[in-house]
Amino acid sequence: MSGTAVRSERPASVGEAAALLRELGAAGSALRVRGGGTKLEWAGPLAAGIELETGGLDRVIEHNEGDFTAVLEAGVPLARAQERFAAAGQMLALDPPLAGGDGEPRATIGGVVASADSGPLRHRYGGVRDLVVGITVVLSDGTVAKAGGRVIKNVAGYDLGKLFAGSLGTLGLIASVAVRLHPLPAETATARGASDDPGALARAAGRLAALPFEAECLDAGWAGECGELLVRFAGATAAERAERAAALMGELGLERGEVIEDDLMVWAGQRSRQRSGSGAVLKVSAVMGDLAAVLEAARRLGAVMAGRAALGLSWLALPEAADVKGALATLRGALPGAWVRVLDGAGAVSDPWPGVDPGALAVMERVKARFDPARVFAPGSFAGGL
Amino acid sequence: MHMHVVESESAPGRAAVDGRELRALVAQLRAIVGERWVFVDEHELRTYESDGLLQYRALPAAAVLPGSAEEVAAVVRACARAGVPFVARGAGSGLSGGALPVADGVLIVVSRMKRVLEVDLENQRVCVEPGVTNASVTAAVAPAFFYPPDPSSQIVCSIGGNVAENSGGAHCFKYGFTTNYVTGLELVLPDGSFAQLGGKALDAPGYDLLGAFVGSEGTLGIATKVWLRIVPAPETTKTLVAFFDHTRAAGEAVSRIVQCGIVPGAIEMMDERAIEAAEAMAQAGFPPGRGAALLVELDGAQRECEARFQEVVRVCEECGSDDVRVARDDAERERFWKARKAAFPAMGRLSPNYFVQDGVIPRTKLPDVLEQIEELGREYGLLVANVFHAGDGNLHPLVCFDAAVEGQAQAAEELSGRILDACVEAGGSITGEHGVGVDKRKHMPKMFSEADLECFQRLRCAFDPAGLANPTKVMPTPRLCGEVPGPYRRHPLEEAGLAERF
Repeated sequence: MSGTAVRSERPASVGEAAALLRELGAAGSALRVRGGGTKLEWAGPLAAGIELETGGLDRVIEHNEGDFTAVLEAGVPLARAQERFAAAGQMLALDPPLAGGDGEPRATIGGVVASADSGPLRHRYGGVRDLVVGITVVLSDGTVAKAGGRVIKNVAGYDLGKLFAGSLGTLGLIASVAVRLHPLPAETATARGASDDPGALARAAGRLAALPFEAECLDAGWAGECGELLVRFAGATAAERAERAAALMGELGLERGEVIEDDLMVWAGQRSRQRSGSGAVLKVSAVMGDLAAVLEAARRLGAVMAGRAALGLSWLALPEAADVKGALATLRGALPGAWVRVLDGAGAVSDPWPGVDPGALAVMERVKARFDPARVFAPGSFAGGL
Repeated sequence: MHMHVVESESAPGRAAVDGRELRALVAQLRAIVGERWVFVDEHELRTYESDGLLQYRALPAAAVLPGSAEEVAAVVRACARAGVPFVARGAGSGLSGGALPVADGVLIVVSRMKRVLEVDLENQRVCVEPGVTNASVTAAVAPAFFYPPDPSSQIVCSIGGNVAENSGGAHCFKYGFTTNYVTGLELVLPDGSFAQLGGKALDAPGYDLLGAFVGSEGTLGIATKVWLRIVPAPETTKTLVAFFDHTRAAGEAVSRIVQCGIVPGAIEMMDERAIEAAEAMAQAGFPPGRGAALLVELDGAQRECEARFQEVVRVCEECGSDDVRVARDDAERERFWKARKAAFPAMGRLSPNYFVQDGVIPRTKLPDVLEQIEELGREYGLLVANVFHAGDGNLHPLVCFDAAVEGQAQAAEELSGRILDACVEAGGSITGEHGVGVDKRKHMPKMFSEADLECFQRLRCAFDPAGLANPTKVMPTPRLCGEVPGPYRRHPLEEAGLAERF
């Protein structure tokens, strides 16, 4: 259940957004923020009657090529920004799946920041929290405030960019973000090894993760009765290093150690496994050592899995018509130290969020109360009932 | 030395705690940590009157050295009950006065808490207490792994202080800062309660309070346990120093290297005066009279490093360096670094006094801002030497002066401030790694509007509504937390049982 908005608002500037939010805040009118609309379900049922679309805030304010930074308004589609960066041989090293259920790559930078979604490049470059260097937000009393800056090193003031990353629009409107860019690698190559033994895959992943390979990506995957490891390298010696990794995977007991030089499709496929058009997707935050258990659970649940092997993050797409509640209980039972959250299909369960440490939750409640005193930003939709 | 003796400054908006109440608090502190770990005598407190920024001094009412997280919590609870502000201190090596005591407050020194609690190589995590030194984290996981943030004080500085300041170091252009390596924290909040943020795993549910806490300069609570991510040690490290006639040419080389898609482990620049001073102290064989030295270090996979290193050499030559020295062995590499790291202390030999500034600019503005700094030096009649973390545009101008000369200290301070103006005008920041602390509070409005500052205050009030944690730091003017406007309303979805509070 994601609900239907009663009213839709589309401010064309930050000033307009501020005026609108001041009005909605004063009236106590609940709202939710909508970017490309690809992840609306992640916040669970829609409590709000008003949807604030960011499509009118779609300017690339700065692209400082020499400084490898950019400032983007929230509504800029990430795909469009990436095209522009690529023309300068650069990238924003955030590669979450950009399409929702309909396959259209509509995800906006604001939505990616608000959801803290990530893809395979996180292995090398970190996630949203690591790449956002500045943020401008609009609060429910109309306050427009910024934090951070547009340089890659800066410790002045509190890092509100991280506070808003992953807050799913429950603290305020993200109006724009400043991001750090990286060189777009000219050459890449990917080593792939397969196995139907979760233990063997996990052992190989552990070994690979401990080597000074400087891989771009290190992913694990599972589908049907077979799993695989994918390691991507970039740079002048990418293919050579991929050969080494493939050979090592063979030594570690994986089959089909192969090197793929034209590897874009491999990684597009891996990213798309993090979403489901029809079923539920569960995200597991665990440690590297839990990988075997996660792969085993994917096998048992008949799920398609993609994960960052060295980071302990995995996405399990359940088959259509699967028992989401049961699967959630199975995963939480199998991985007692991990956090398991429902993304796609969150509306199907009463507890899509794992529990929050009570001490931390008390602070989060006060954060919510201070930043959104009118309590209009998607109230009750976030972790811990925030 | 030019001193700001701020002994009169106490926390805002609070009636002074009288002597009797203070004595009662001290008695409680002694009961919590034991007699020997509470200091109240002036001669003992002098040890703690400053941190690494010696021009600020203040005496707390008491300094207390808890031995465990539980003791920290009990100490903070006692302070909270008494309404007495507290300041946390690690090794006291900070450079912005962040650990400067609040007069009449309690200084909580975590230096006794230095246990490495867990080394989990399989999951690439280490859990330490806040008093553990930065260098001992790498020592605990070497040789296969290392902990990348490496502030130059790494032998003495504590992880607790690194967390508070979001410390960087020479290698952060490639590897990132403390905030990119902290995966979990156990905190004592300013009311004395505990909270755990994150843990070994990434992406904990709820707001990223972890990200908000790292770099909050002791104003949101005290970290009592820190989970850190470690990474595999690079297969190889290759280092060179290239000399140029002018910083502009060296700056051009930096830009070209980065444009090529090379991400050096470190890329450090020194200007003529810094080279001279460093050479006088470290004797690394750096030639006199050159306009700039560029230290470039590549680390990573062997073959990749070797391939890219040739490109770096070529770029340096193309940008006008006629003297590129590649370190032939570890000993030579050590010498290069020794010279770079000697630049600060070496200034002490050339000039009776100096201020170390810490500003950031977009990298491409380097030549322009350097010229402005040069001009400012002329205007004030003072020598400014420059050392930079060039990759990320972090400048460390060293403003030299003689405190014995009437008015020079004030002039040097003013000049330091104007360098920050130039950084901000160029689109940069007033601090890249030293923090705001007490020293740069007054510069905050250069970067942030009143609305921005008020927004920061919202975060602070969420953690510390009573305003007791390091209250006189970061904000340009003291401010209090009002009540949260409007009562907390239970949402209809919660009422209906559709959403619950965990």
